Amino acid sequence: MTAALRVFVVGGAISYRALFNWITPGMYVTTMLGSPLFQILFFVYLGRYAGTQDDDFFVVGNAIQIAAMSGIYGMTMGIANERQYGTLQPLLATPANRLAIFAGRALPFVANGLVVSAFGFAMSWLILDFRPAEGSVPSLVLAVTVTTGSCVALGMLIGSLGLRARDVFFGANLVYFLMLLVCGVNIANEDLPGWLGAIGRCLPLTHGIEAARELADGAALGDVAGLLWTEALIGLGYAAAAYVLFRVFEAEGRRRASLETY
Amino acid sequence: MTLRLFWIGWLFHLKNLTNSMFFVLVSVLQPVIFASIAFFMFESGNRTGTLLYAALGAGLMGIWSATLFGSGGAIQWQRWQGTLEILVGAPPPFLATLLPLTIATATIGIYSVVGTLAWGRLFFGTPLDFAHPLQVAIAIPATVLSLGALGLLLASTFILYRNANAFANLLEYPVWLATGLLVPLTFLPSWVGPIAWVLSPTWGMTAIREAALGGSAWVEIGMCIGLGIVYLALGSVALRNFERLARSRATLSLT
Repeated sequence: MTAALRVFVVGGAISYRALFNWITPGMYVTTMLGSPLFQILFFVYLGRYAGTQDDDFFVVGNAIQIAAMSGIYGMTMGIANERQYGTLQPLLATPANRLAIFAGRALPFVANGLVVSAFGFAMSWLILDFRPAEGSVPSLVLAVTVTTGSCVALGMLIGSLGLRARDVFFGANLVYFLMLLVCGVNIANEDLPGWLGAIGRCLPLTHGIEAARELADGAALGDVAGLLWTEALIGLGYAAAAYVLFRVFEAEGRRRASLETY
Repeated sequence: MTLRLFWIGWLFHLKNLTNSMFFVLVSVLQPVIFASIAFFMFESGNRTGTLLYAALGAGLMGIWSATLFGSGGAIQWQRWQGTLEILVGAPPPFLATLLPLTIATATIGIYSVVGTLAWGRLFFGTPLDFAHPLQVAIAIPATVLSLGALGLLLASTFILYRNANAFANLLEYPVWLATGLLVPLTFLPSWVGPIAWVLSPTWGMTAIREAALGGSAWVEIGMCIGLGIVYLALGSVALRNFERLARSRATLSLT
């Protein structure tokens, strides 16, 4: 148990720190804070022009969606980069608890997503006069945490595919942009064609964003509990699928001696 | 000789970029996704008659993204691939080898325009009745050439910034917004106007829309070409400076 806990904490921290081998602080600020801020502004202005929803709709949708950047790209890199940088074999040669390896990697990205999302909300408060209902901030934090965790789980799944796929970042990019379309970030789910809305409802973000919008409008946490539980369960589903895939690809890689071949 | 070099270089890079999954994403899939978002938003907001407007705007967004990521990282990529010294050391001026690359990055953006128009027509019933087809046929290449020249300026200045790719990430949304590709400039704060005027996508977008939706695009096409010449002049000066410094300090291949 102690060893698993150590792998969870230390392994997760080292894996996250390793990303900064090439992501410098300057790069972090421009990519994780600058670009998301402009994404919020872009969609708020597009929304004003289209005349569909008020600013708050786009602020909440995009301020939560930008957390997915950390969850999806970060987590994908956290797993798939092991193969790319040639550290997958030594990692899998250890007897370390795989669940601890996996979960340890996820935690920093949840925290990172929260920071990015908080920055998006704070800047919207400053620039776009976004004012959530009084007393709604703690509930919003909870909604963002659950949603970010769910996005990290999707990132885990894509990262696990990276143990086998040649170009996993193409998939990560595609999923990230598709989420802008189908997850109710900028278009209400009911305004999408049924089949597109159904895809959105099976993905992380959709229920979390819906809950966060209601909370920002003044709903009580109990009113959106169902949405948040659905979001959490979707995340758990993706995490479980990711873990199973990881173990299957690990076993396959060992059997065929193809862990790091492309 | 220079023309042949330009043609061969442009064709090579065009094929090379077309084979890159990243550029397929940036120049085809991403614009189609953004076009769909705009279509649905305009439909639910009852902004009728704006589907062609949105398709063209999303297409131009793709041209900008392809130019930004392709040209912004052009010199850095040559460094990573170990081809920068060979290109700088070759007899033709470095400008003559880099310009075809930056124009090729803008050219693959044409996939975006074709993609968003076809997507809009097939799935959203976007009318493709261009008011002045000849002007459209001139405005698109003029915009591409102008963005290619802007790409040269980006390539030669981004090199001073070690994390050029991150800087490119930062510039994608602001330029989409400031050049009125999907949101008219009248919806933005007035101080954005002067920024928009010095960016050729603004004029390229206006030219293509004027030509497609009715009106005269000649002035905007002229502005596009004029700005392209200015970018080319500034880019060549910056590039010469970079080359001179890199040679004298022996930092050509250092990342």
